[in-house]
Amino acid sequence: MITVVDITLLIMLAVTAVAVVRVRNLFGATMLMAIYSVLTAGLFVTMDAMDVAFTEAAVGAGISTILMLGTLALVGSEEAAPRHRPIVPLFVTVVTGAILIYGSLDMPAFGNPDNPAHQHVAPYYLEESYDEVGIPNIVTVVLGSYRGFDTMGEVAVVFTALVGVLLILARGRSDQHRTVDLHPSAFEADTGTPASREELDAEGREGETDHG
Amino acid sequence: MDDRVIVRICSKILTPFIMIFALYVQFHGDYSPGGGFQAGVIFAAAFILYALVYGLARALRVLPPVVPYICGALGLFIFAGTGFVTMALGGNYLDYDVLAHDPSHGQHYGILAIEFGVLVTVFGVMVGLFYAFAGRRRS
Repeated sequence: MITVVDITLLIMLAVTAVAVVRVRNLFGATMLMAIYSVLTAGLFVTMDAMDVAFTEAAVGAGISTILMLGTLALVGSEEAAPRHRPIVPLFVTVVTGAILIYGSLDMPAFGNPDNPAHQHVAPYYLEESYDEVGIPNIVTVVLGSYRGFDTMGEVAVVFTALVGVLLILARGRSDQHRTVDLHPSAFEADTGTPASREELDAEGREGETDHG
Repeated sequence: MDDRVIVRICSKILTPFIMIFALYVQFHGDYSPGGGFQAGVIFAAAFILYALVYGLARALRVLPPVVPYICGALGLFIFAGTGFVTMALGGNYLDYDVLAHDPSHGQHYGILAIEFGVLVTVFGVMVGLFYAFAGRRRS
């Protein structure tokens, strides 16, 4: 039964992936990406990775789609026609994919308890975590307690993402939420007249002499 | 402002349930799938839904952008601060055993504290990112 579900999900995943590439309307492509994320979340569920599935559904299908739509509202929803035929990228992708599939042939079978991944610290977590921490959800225990430092790094990365985006997109006073226009025409307007440039140069020279 | 009545009323009805569900995911994360990351995203989704339906201007009045920006930093501060509290109590960094007399209780409190930090940061970052993208005009 689970095999049927897996195969169905994987076929739908492949169809969605091809559709994302083929569709020229970016709004449709964004929606297909959301469907792709939901299907991926379904695959995680069949692999009993509930926490990962939860995150994939919330972040991949939810927030990412919203941010993509926000971007589409700025850049328009029609993709420009490609200028050249994508033969070389297709060749590179096919070769890379073939190498990856060839590499996966040597991997141990999925779910085999003798796999190296299940021989290291995982048995310890499974057997001892409830006695040591007293929380039934082992994923939470590993994230919060055994790997607390890692998780703090992740939170720092998330925070850094916000800082980076704000530095690029939303420079200005936060109380009025002023934003800076990055369109080329805005730059032309902002660089000002030659006269103001000369003034700036003069100020710069004055500054230099002051330092000297 | 969206003039479709069904969308408006439905989102208004759903918003509190989305928030409660986020808190459930947060505080039930010890026993079921979920935790700060997922809860933060769901909590942010409640505000983003509001902004999508009622317009960014009204969302900015409900939740000024300075709030998510502060939340983004505050959550990381709570997380890192928990580590310093455990150090001050004589343990290692992020070693929650020392937070209570019973090490198991200490672990409980510590994980609750850091998960709350994760919730606050992820909520702030998600809403902040949405504001940053949605606040830009098309030129």
